[in-house]
Amino acid sequence: MHIPDGFVDARTAIATGILSAAGLGVALAHARKHLPPRRVPLLGLAAAFVFAAQMLNFPVAGGTSGHLIGAVLAAALLGPSAAVIVLSAVLIVQCFVFADGGITALGANILNMGLIGGVGGWAVYAAISRVIKGLFGRIVAATFAAWCSTVLASIACAGELATSHTVPWSTAFPAMAGVHMLIGIGEGVITAIVLSAVWQARPELSNEAAMSAPSGTYKPLLAYGTLIALGLALFVSPFACPWPDGLDKAAETLGFKDKESEQRAIPALVPEYKMPGISSEGLATSIAGVTGTLVVFGLAWGLARVLVPRKSQTPPPSDLA
Amino acid sequence: MHSQHLDRYSGIKSPIHGLSAAVKLTAAIAMILAMVALPIGQAPYLAVPALILVAAGLLSRIPPRYLLRRLLLLEPLAVGIAVMAVFQPGGVRLMVFLVARGTLCLATMILLSSTTSFSEILRVFKTLRVPALLVTTLALMYRYMFVLADESHRMRRARMARTFTRDRRRQWRILGTVASQLFIRASERAERVYAAMCARGWQ
Repeated sequence: MHIPDGFVDARTAIATGILSAAGLGVALAHARKHLPPRRVPLLGLAAAFVFAAQMLNFPVAGGTSGHLIGAVLAAALLGPSAAVIVLSAVLIVQCFVFADGGITALGANILNMGLIGGVGGWAVYAAISRVIKGLFGRIVAATFAAWCSTVLASIACAGELATSHTVPWSTAFPAMAGVHMLIGIGEGVITAIVLSAVWQARPELSNEAAMSAPSGTYKPLLAYGTLIALGLALFVSPFACPWPDGLDKAAETLGFKDKESEQRAIPALVPEYKMPGISSEGLATSIAGVTGTLVVFGLAWGLARVLVPRKSQTPPPSDLA
Repeated sequence: MHSQHLDRYSGIKSPIHGLSAAVKLTAAIAMILAMVALPIGQAPYLAVPALILVAAGLLSRIPPRYLLRRLLLLEPLAVGIAVMAVFQPGGVRLMVFLVARGTLCLATMILLSSTTSFSEILRVFKTLRVPALLVTTLALMYRYMFVLADESHRMRRARMARTFTRDRRRQWRILGTVASQLFIRASERAERVYAAMCARGWQ
């Protein structure tokens, strides 16, 4: 999903650059205030880890292979602000050392994978793990969130390409969303396996992550929510109204399922916004989209059942903090 | 370190390597911006950056084969997106233009990254007042990413030495276990690095 140079026009490059610089600035300010100095090197090491983990390929259908993005993985392990810093660091190094992802597309890539993938995925993760308690709930939440973050980031990527007039939305959207709905399953499975192994081997790491989550401070979350909403409004919603043809819609609806959870994080912006997926003729496809999302959620549930031993599925009282 | 070969030629001596990182960075960004701003259909103008790149590439004394191999490895990314551009009126011409421009942009960044060490780029970031926390994170990441990549190679080799079956279902589990082990080792290393940084009077 790393966009190279030459596919994002100047306008889009500047807009995404401003959005992601603002997001990274919020993350850095938040981390400087709340991150204990003991954990500063962990940011660098976690970035190195995400880099190494991205080199692990997994098979996707038809002989192709995808690789981990690690956005939700980083966010679940370190909290949203640290994840934004870590993912941005990975993208900057990949750009300047390996020419993987363009320099004019750096803003778009950080916006997609760091902000939308990382913070957006974290919002889904936090919302679900608040409902389903314990390690089991966290694994279900992380698996589903990893899938959502991958799909949502790919939709944003398609929107940026279409806004730049390089690739038509009617091609970019089904191609990107379709492929990444498959890759997202791999992302979800690996995220789940890694998190369950890490949290069972080192329970103290999950407590630390919980502490670094900005539970008391809403300011950074509000800022991230606004930036993500702005990004989606600029690059995705212009295309959501002139509907692409039938087949694309099911996937589109899936995309908006994820957006719903974005809105929950920023209640102030909700009233202005109308769900474009709800129309009489879109009802059938909406149902298809909901079914698809439910299937992935069921997959997440089943995977967590396999990965988390029964006894730790009922959390001890100390785990609730 | 085995994985260091990924960033092999940024330390050699040549007229291009001798230029300051700020100059090279500015030049590369300016050239990429010019290419990005070039209206679609003005393909002949791409010959100018192409000639500059060939000249700079020859001056840099990096084996052309190495540069071309890196370009070929990254080319699928550009071609993959460009192929999606075919499905619109005038799509084939647009695709050819996008592939050419994308390739030249990639070549620019490859040349920049193989003639400029990342620590020099970080120094430029520092003078541009990029927040210290980000620069520290980038520096530590660059320092340890090859170490962790090597570590994951070692783990893979150890596993291959001990397992003799290729089980598709197990493949996922193994991938996950390797990655989780890698994170645990990384976080333990972070503790040691912090202790070492404190011992050397950090902050």
